[in-house]
Amino acid sequence: MPPATPDDTEAWAAMPIDKRAGSAAEALAGVCDGATVLISGFGGAGFPNVLIRALRDRGPKDLTLVVNSATHRYSVTHELIEAGMVRKVVCTAARGQGKEPSPFERLWMEGKIELECVPQGTFAERIRAGGAGIPAFYTPVGFGTELAQGKEVRNFAGRDCILAQAITGDLALVRADTADRYGNLAFRYAQMNFGLVMATAATLAVAEVRAVLDAPMSHERVQLPGFYVDRVVAVGA
Amino acid sequence: MPPLNRLQIAWRAAQDIADGTLVNLGMGMPVSVADYLAPESDVFIQSENGVIGAGPLATPDRSDSDLVDASSRRVTLRPGAAIVDSSWSFAAIRGGHIDVAILGAFEVAANGDLANWDMRLPSKGPLVGGAMDLAACARAVWVIMEHVTRKGAPRLLETCTLPLTAVRCVKRVFTDLAVIEITPAGMVVREMLDGLAEADLRRQTGAPLTFAPDWRPLTAPPIELPAADRA
Repeated sequence: MPPATPDDTEAWAAMPIDKRAGSAAEALAGVCDGATVLISGFGGAGFPNVLIRALRDRGPKDLTLVVNSATHRYSVTHELIEAGMVRKVVCTAARGQGKEPSPFERLWMEGKIELECVPQGTFAERIRAGGAGIPAFYTPVGFGTELAQGKEVRNFAGRDCILAQAITGDLALVRADTADRYGNLAFRYAQMNFGLVMATAATLAVAEVRAVLDAPMSHERVQLPGFYVDRVVAVGA
Repeated sequence: MPPLNRLQIAWRAAQDIADGTLVNLGMGMPVSVADYLAPESDVFIQSENGVIGAGPLATPDRSDSDLVDASSRRVTLRPGAAIVDSSWSFAAIRGGHIDVAILGAFEVAANGDLANWDMRLPSKGPLVGGAMDLAACARAVWVIMEHVTRKGAPRLLETCTLPLTAVRCVKRVFTDLAVIEITPAGMVVREMLDGLAEADLRRQTGAPLTFAPDWRPLTAPPIELPAADRA
């Protein structure tokens, strides 16, 4: 049984589960070439930028990124692409912000990076399915569009639907607000976005957080149970 | 009266939003619709990133980089708001729980086909975001857009020329010249700009129009565009 009080430091030190990593680099130990990497963040919230930079510094090659935007002004995902580490991007938005092509757009036009563009709800649900043991599902979204090309179509109750396959990954990088030693996560406002499902769908789920609590957080605050999360690292605000 | 400007079109669309509904507003012109909802109305605005009940834009001193909408704008929360994750947010969209989605568009066809995600811009990557989910699954899909392109070509067409977002989904279109219902019998004019001739509207529309027996003149109060938009 865990110690009754949070300040019994000696007793806590003896408890076997402790997912706190000393640094972002340490939190990425074991990440290899060819990995499929799920990266959270949307609209300016929930980008794990410290972990993305640590991944860039680690330098694995031939990555597949599963990320909402290939380029976003508040994210540093493009640094992985610029560094030539990425073979393929699965995303909902591949358009750069400026007039000049983004690093992704440049490589894409040169045929040096592969793109799979997915409607955002299908993107989220494919990842959810990956973590929930559902190999594939049918959705009406995208039927009759270019993004349905080559996909199996089936009619359910008069509605044409297309088959979407689950996404799983080797690594998920997620940003949350607080964590505890068990990997329990609490998010601020719209930070959650893709982070919840991404952490469930990856073999190694790593969260960067503003702060790691000394004591386990109250169950009422836990938005993602710690068993999904393998490593947490405090990176500040 | 002169054609409606972008904000007047947004104002006109806002007049049709029923109190008590859950509404999604797309990027660009549609987000302005929120500014013209009656202050006493109880409408919830859903944003794809999971915010249910987005309030007005945050003032700089109250803005929070974690509280944003799908257009990356820093927003506030209205009383009664909630925040869920992306998979739940889109489960709500796909599940038909959004009463109305108001979307921008490049083209709308007479059968309700919508093209609003890919203009085939050279050297630009595609951006689909949540457009297909909203267009295919919201209970009602309304479009707000200029009636013609900058070059004067109609955006309301027999068949879309640009890549489709969803088939047979648009129910109502608000433009600077008209309010048009998409019905099984094609496009029906509910309102036409006050003072515009019927022949002028038909000339600027690429599909046959029927006028509803009770069609009315389209008007809007004067609304100034911000200086940056007038150029």
